[in-house]
Amino acid sequence: MGFLHRHRWLTPYGLLAAGLGWLAVFFVVPMYYLAATSLKSGDIDFGYAFTWAWGNYAHALGRYQEQLLRSLEYAGIATLAAFLISYPLAYWIAFRGGRWKNVLLLLVIAPFFVTYLIRTLAWQTILADDGPVAGFLRTIGVLGADGRLLATSFAVVAGITYNFLPFMALPLYASLEQVDKRLVEAAEDLYASRPVAFFKVTFPLSLPGVFAGTMLTFIPAAGDFINAQLLGTPQQAMIGNVIQSRFLVLNDYPEASALSLVLMLAIVGIVVVYARALGTERLGT
Amino acid sequence: MSATADVRLERVTKHFEDVVAVDDLSLEIPSGSFFAMLGPSGCGKTTTLRMIGGFEQPSEGRIFLGESDVTGLPPYRRAVNTVFQSYALFPHLSLFENVAFGLRRKGVKGDEVKKRTREMLELVGLGGFEKRRPRQLSGGQQQRVALARALVNRPRVLLLDEPLGALDLKLRRQMQLELKRIQNELKITFVHVTHDQEEAMSMADQIAIMNGGRIEQLGGPADLYEKPATAFVAGFLGASNLLDGEVCGADAVRIADGTVLRVAAGALAGRTGGSVAVGVRPEKLRLDASGVNVLRGTVTETSYVGVSTQYIVETPAADLVVYVQNAAPGAGTLAPGSAVSLSFDPEVAFVVDHV
Ligand SMILES: Nc1ncnc2c1ncn2[C@@H]1O[C@H](COP(=O)(O)OP(=O)(O)O)[C@@H](O)[C@H]1O
Ligand SMILES: [Mg+2]
Repeated sequence: MGFLHRHRWLTPYGLLAAGLGWLAVFFVVPMYYLAATSLKSGDIDFGYAFTWAWGNYAHALGRYQEQLLRSLEYAGIATLAAFLISYPLAYWIAFRGGRWKNVLLLLVIAPFFVTYLIRTLAWQTILADDGPVAGFLRTIGVLGADGRLLATSFAVVAGITYNFLPFMALPLYASLEQVDKRLVEAAEDLYASRPVAFFKVTFPLSLPGVFAGTMLTFIPAAGDFINAQLLGTPQQAMIGNVIQSRFLVLNDYPEASALSLVLMLAIVGIVVVYARALGTERLGT
Repeated sequence: MSATADVRLERVTKHFEDVVAVDDLSLEIPSGSFFAMLGPSGCGKTTTLRMIGGFEQPSEGRIFLGESDVTGLPPYRRAVNTVFQSYALFPHLSLFENVAFGLRRKGVKGDEVKKRTREMLELVGLGGFEKRRPRQLSGGQQQRVALARALVNRPRVLLLDEPLGALDLKLRRQMQLELKRIQNELKITFVHVTHDQEEAMSMADQIAIMNGGRIEQLGGPADLYEKPATAFVAGFLGASNLLDGEVCGADAVRIADGTVLRVAAGALAGRTGGSVAVGVRPEKLRLDASGVNVLRGTVTETSYVGVSTQYIVETPAADLVVYVQNAAPGAGTLAPGSAVSLSFDPEVAFVVDHV
């Protein structure tokens, strides 16, 4: 009789240990240092000292409010766009994919075989002033003669949408795949036309996927800086760009830390409100 | 039974690629009847029901509900409702909303929805459960919700696909009685699919016995049992003894050992020759020589099952199963090896084509 056998109640804790250890080392400890750093003052040459410098927050918020709001806005629009593109895609694969399902899913994640940076750089070429998309849009008159796609908000949002699309599509697929098709038949039997059956049955049952997908897209999108850097200009800078340059270029650790925490709190706040809204939606009829 | 048909199938065929699920089937289901479709697994019962519901379209033929041709119409445009084998209750909705679903889709007013939904939940014995979710109910309760959800719409026809298949035996018997009571109360035409012959016999006014995508025989439970038209029906509905033989007269069949058996006038249905089988139900064989047709044999097996004693008797023509009711106490049983006479009268025999 081994120790674990005699103390079987320990097993669940044993299984949790690896995860808890991971969380402690890679989340709790860094969060502690981040919070501590955000309250330091001083400079890189003479070192930073912990002084309860709450002013860092006021200063960071005052100065970078614009980038913060822009990040949430871009992330929000990109999430919505990714949702609108992914839902029909995931629906089609789940309900009509048949034996091609796995191949189609592989195609959805195929872009991940190429590095994030390279993929985003490719969009520079696609959206370039002399590129095919801009050329076409000029021809049909959507874009003016000297209109641009690259270096605009559109390019940044499009880049984010593209880069995070699989994070939206996969959870949507996973939840749609689980929707019992017989429930749709039951709805049609009870006088619901196809669209009504969709909105009354399929869509509500896919809400867990909608929630997971929007979270997985919105959260990293709000903190992204690659897209704004490669596809935008300083006019399109997001909070991620500011944090990145504060940390790595200007070595202003306290303010960068303060901004990181502000971003995190903003996201947590939005997620809580969103989860509540979706939760009550699911309880209603 | 009224003369009007609620459901009419005209030469309906359904192919799934190269499988013929339903084969040139015609059928009329009288209004207000409890109609059962009975047959072994894979004989096309579900497919037939799904075509009436509108979930499948026939490859050939037409389907009528009452006077109107509904072939090609989607389910939501047919005045039929279905109790699905899996129940298919909406997991995200309360019982109340599950039952109210159809009424809301039809645009029935709020007060009326409330009233009718409550009434229906009451009828199936689930009053006061309105707020629960389907997963909080037992299998039997879910079954009742499925029934209420369909019936609340007052459909012209209710389709039930093995609705009791997932319930345990005791609950199944109870629900059979309940279904029958509800059907009597509402006078809605029920089309009930099952592979359980006892269920079909005890509930239905009319039974269609299906086999290989076709209707083998259609009739009332007693008709089908007493006068099966084919060996398949005789074997599927209860036990029967079949004695192979040749027609040798207007009401006579010579069986393998040379004995000539008399059958009722008309039982041969005009046959004047050829191979047939004479069938007798085990409970209609008597252990004496008092009947018109007499066979002699030896008991080879005896089993006492309380209500009756069942014997297997070896005769020159075939091994026959005999049920003897234990009407009087201590009637005693025959030991294996006993020589016996078996007899039956022409009226209790039926004739089917030789298989
Ligand atoms: N959607 C389908 N695709 C292919 N074959 C099917 C389909 N539905 C039923 N079948 C076939 O049709 C035949 C009849 O099936 P079904 O109507 O379900 O029989 P039952 O309900 O009597 O058991 C079976 O051979 C079955 O395999
Ligand atoms: Mg079936």
